[in-house]
Amino acid sequence: MPIHDQSYRRYGGNRAPQGRAWTVIATAGVKHMLRKRMFLGLLVFAWLPFVVRAVQMYLAANIPQMSILAPTAQTFREFLEQQGLFAFFITIFTGAGLIANDMRANALQIYLSKPLGRMEYIAGKFAVLAFFLLLVTWLPATVLLFVQVVFAGSLEFVKTNVFLLPAIMLDTGIETIVLGMVMLALSSLSKSARFVGIMYAGFVLFTQALYGVVFVVTRNSTFSWMAPQSSLQQIGDLIFRVPARYDTPGWATVLSLSVVVGAAAFLLERRVRGVEVVT
Amino acid sequence: MNDLPADTVVQIQNMSVVYGTEPALHDVSAAFPRGAVGLLGPNGAGKSTLLKALLGFVKPTTGTMSVLGLDVATASFEIRSRLGYMPEIDAHIPGMNAVSFVAYCGQLAGLPPVDAMQRAHEVLYYVGLGEARYRNLETYSAGMKQRIKLAQALVHDPDLLFLDEPTNGMDPKGREEMLDLIRDLAHNKGMNLILSSHLLPDVEYTCDYVVVLNQARVATVGPIQELKGTSGSVYELRVKGDRIAFAETLRAAGLTCKAWEEDIMRVFVPEDQGAQPILNLAARDGVQVRHLRPSVPTLEDVFAQAVGEE
Repeated sequence: MPIHDQSYRRYGGNRAPQGRAWTVIATAGVKHMLRKRMFLGLLVFAWLPFVVRAVQMYLAANIPQMSILAPTAQTFREFLEQQGLFAFFITIFTGAGLIANDMRANALQIYLSKPLGRMEYIAGKFAVLAFFLLLVTWLPATVLLFVQVVFAGSLEFVKTNVFLLPAIMLDTGIETIVLGMVMLALSSLSKSARFVGIMYAGFVLFTQALYGVVFVVTRNSTFSWMAPQSSLQQIGDLIFRVPARYDTPGWATVLSLSVVVGAAAFLLERRVRGVEVVT
Repeated sequence: MNDLPADTVVQIQNMSVVYGTEPALHDVSAAFPRGAVGLLGPNGAGKSTLLKALLGFVKPTTGTMSVLGLDVATASFEIRSRLGYMPEIDAHIPGMNAVSFVAYCGQLAGLPPVDAMQRAHEVLYYVGLGEARYRNLETYSAGMKQRIKLAQALVHDPDLLFLDEPTNGMDPKGREEMLDLIRDLAHNKGMNLILSSHLLPDVEYTCDYVVVLNQARVATVGPIQELKGTSGSVYELRVKGDRIAFAETLRAAGLTCKAWEEDIMRVFVPEDQGAQPILNLAARDGVQVRHLRPSVPTLEDVFAQAVGEE
């Protein structure tokens, strides 16, 4: 006779209220990524520019001859733009398999048979990507601002550039939403994470090349809205109050990014379902 | 259709589902009582679609559905928190071992992490995967994948289980074990379940009640014993001569007749008539009866009659 009943038993414990399953998905996704050594290496590498900038701020604050290196709002804009490269790779590394792998393993039926909706599933997946994107954009930029205050020993820079903290938040927030939604939408289109990665890179490069061709032909930079990457640069310039690099009006840039996010949301709505109907 | 039982777990009224222009379910009305209910039908009859509609994966074009007394259209989340679903196709969450996967499913269903992990271990032992619970799911055999799907459906202790073709791809021993598990859940653990299958012996072994679907419609509904008992008498018949022509004669006389083994037919005779109608027809047509034996009606007979199989 067994000393412990290994038969089926009823459960009488607590259950979490509905609407929290996305945190389970997000936590599992983040842990899954952090188990990959190569990805950890990428994260560490993505923080190297932060170290360089911190050293720059230290030198500017402590060595008078180096005051030429003193940070401005432009410094933070440039820093975030540099981080864009890492954001690109993080997006591919983290996001490509988020939905594609679930599609390959038919996991959507498992997920959606639990008490969570499609929105919650997407929110959980988005949170994974957003976490890592913000980890290499918003977090280092914000910490850099803090580092500047510590090294300078005064709040003068922050007071002069009081818009910087919200600007960092807004810029990285917009970037995260656009990159995250585009990647999730592409990830829902295929069962192969590798293919999704290629599609994403293709999308970014193709739209950029398309704008480049149009620019060469028209010599008019108002068409920058054609490339989401250019639109992100343009909106970043506007948020950080630095001279805009394109002639595209702000509303057109916002509109183009909204269309991209809307299209991605539409695709996700069509693709993330418990059943795939082929008619 | 039989009268709807009062104590039902699922109630469907005039439900239709259309995929594109193809009707997957047409004007389906059925009640699934507590206990083990078989959802039987040939491939393409609409069994999986029915389960998916009850889960809210597919929106019906017409009709209403309620599960555990809750309206599927308005209380889908609450229903799914009390429901376990074992899909027909291979389904898992990639990159996980069995215990992580089942615990994760428990958490998705609202269990706290510690409870989910404890339940994961318990249900994995229960379904027979205790020794393999730390193996990556991608290394599992087809039979093990079926068991893990059952485990994830059970981990949050649902009030109702939907099992879609649970013995697919299993070897005979594994199939037997799976059916024993399902039977145990239904008959000893008080679990309500709906077992969708095209395999009559599976349903007959595990279920007490059956809903037969055919060509997107409900063909018959009722307790299995009752359906088997009220269908009249069944005879095994072997004749010398033109077997096909005689089968036609029997059918023309209003008797249901279907091929069984190579040269044996099963003939359904309405209640209280005995074998006399068969013998009379044989005598009239000059057909020599070589073998005539009363048989026990099986679910297969019920199914054949319901779907009009010849």
